[in-house]
Amino acid sequence: MKDTLAPYVTPDGRQIGETLMDMRNITLRFGGVEAIKDISFNIQEGEIRAIIGPNGAGKSSMLNVISGFYNPQEGEVWFRGKKRPPMKPYQVARLGIARTFQNIALFQGMSVLDNVMTGRLNHMNAGMLAQAVWRGKAEREEVANRETVEKVIDFLEIQAIRKTPVGRLPYGLKKRVELARALAAEPKLLLLDEPMAGMNVEEKEDMSRFILDVNDEFGTTIALIEHDMGVVMDLSDRVIVMDYGRKIGDGTPDEVRNNQEVIDAYLGVSHD
Amino acid sequence: MSADFLYGIEVVINGLMAGVLYALVALGFVLIFKASGIFNYAQGVMALFAALTLVGIMEGQVPFSHLINAVFGTEIHHFGWHVPALLAIAMTLLVMVAFAWMVQHFVFRHLVGQEPIILFMATIGLAYFLEGVGDLMWGSDIKTLALGLPQGGSLWVEEATQGLGGDDFYGFFLDKLDMVATVVAIVLVGALIAFAQYTKQGRAMRAVADDHQAALSVGISLNYIWVLVWSLAGLVALVAGVMWGAKSGVQFSLSLIALKALPVLMLGGFTSIPGAIVGGLIIGVGEKLFEYLIGPMVGGATENWFAYVLALIFLVFRPQGLFGEKIIERV
Repeated sequence: MKDTLAPYVTPDGRQIGETLMDMRNITLRFGGVEAIKDISFNIQEGEIRAIIGPNGAGKSSMLNVISGFYNPQEGEVWFRGKKRPPMKPYQVARLGIARTFQNIALFQGMSVLDNVMTGRLNHMNAGMLAQAVWRGKAEREEVANRETVEKVIDFLEIQAIRKTPVGRLPYGLKKRVELARALAAEPKLLLLDEPMAGMNVEEKEDMSRFILDVNDEFGTTIALIEHDMGVVMDLSDRVIVMDYGRKIGDGTPDEVRNNQEVIDAYLGVSHD
Repeated sequence: MSADFLYGIEVVINGLMAGVLYALVALGFVLIFKASGIFNYAQGVMALFAALTLVGIMEGQVPFSHLINAVFGTEIHHFGWHVPALLAIAMTLLVMVAFAWMVQHFVFRHLVGQEPIILFMATIGLAYFLEGVGDLMWGSDIKTLALGLPQGGSLWVEEATQGLGGDDFYGFFLDKLDMVATVVAIVLVGALIAFAQYTKQGRAMRAVADDHQAALSVGISLNYIWVLVWSLAGLVALVAGVMWGAKSGVQFSLSLIALKALPVLMLGGFTSIPGAIVGGLIIGVGEKLFEYLIGPMVGGATENWFAYVLALIFLVFRPQGLFGEKIIERV
């Protein structure tokens, strides 16, 4: 098990680059409870990195640390070669880290198109008045942003529901719209919190395909949390296994699969 | 056309004009409620405070003069200059933005995630605090707002419509100030809608109204949006304060006009901008027509209670209002 790998090309021909995000000795406490205990790992450019573990292992907490929703008490977060000071979630988003949520967080009152457009908010710089009257720079920006958004919508095959209010969509499609909104921001790092939770087999297959395609076509670096071991092993380049807030495994799916500690955590072992 | 019918039309037009002002006040409530879930009891006092500040600045009054005189034994009341109306309005707007920032920074930033009733209580506190500050800053005497807005009935309209009816019809009587207020309110409402629909900040505002976490994840600062929303509510309060102040003088009972917005909100729904507008118009026309048609039979003064009774009836049959979102919990 190596911590960082030199840039390499995967068997299916994708380029994995330098370290994009480096988490160093992260500890996160809620009162007296340690949700994350001294965990270090990194995410390299272009890879699909999974975090797995049983319920309550601290996976979501870790994702929330990366996206700035929690700030760790100890440890350092390095992003694109720079140490990141404690930040608010919206500041992290502006750095180019987009995310989805475990319990879908969409703007229910807006249409699919408007939802995805909010992903472009940080790419709009024209003055307020120009935007209100839709002239000059504002018009050019709006057109460019719309193009990006339409590309994402095409890519995720949600053209048919562009004008539908999000509240009316079935669960699987909502998840896809959320992914579209995150992608519209053209993030450097995309965080997916249980993208396949609560889906049936067919929806899971669709979502897996989209995740692979996003990574392949846009070269987006992806970190995801997932319960379903099978899915994770097929999708990811490297896997971190967490249990009770500790890291108990880190490596390629094959390495992790054969790790005795990981097998114990998942199958249960008597502690005596 | 019979004179009675024509007078009926005049009543409806006057009702519409009153309704636009109700809608304007209601809009102030809706803006804040949508974006932060706070029912802002202080909206009426904000209108009063804005009007007081405007008059104070225009007259060149020294803020906190009573306090300063009491502490230092001085006798200052006025700077001795007069500020032109437009400049004074811009300065008042700045004061309202500063107020919005302070409200967010010192009060609501610390109450994020609290129960709605706690947020509501905070706005009640805010209302009385602001009323006290207004008193301390500018004094409690009734002031006249001399913006140079036209007063009295419009002769032009009266003469132009005189020929419509028979001998006992003297033309429509429309108040000039009401007409100005209507135009201003329509422009403001239009501008607010354009802002919410087409600008980045407006989009962000709607996003925050819908889902805080999702808004954060696309890079929206909640604090910034809330300051923005309170500033817009301050702008609405200023316009409402100016219009009502010009009509009946700037006095402390001005803060009660906000109560008229409550039935408007019950009718239109607390979360809907079109709802506030339509609700305001219905209440405005409804109470004027009711007073005109039924008022004489029951001894008049129906305008005091008609709006509330109408709102109560609405509450029974459509609790979410005309345009409000119906919340259905899935089990």
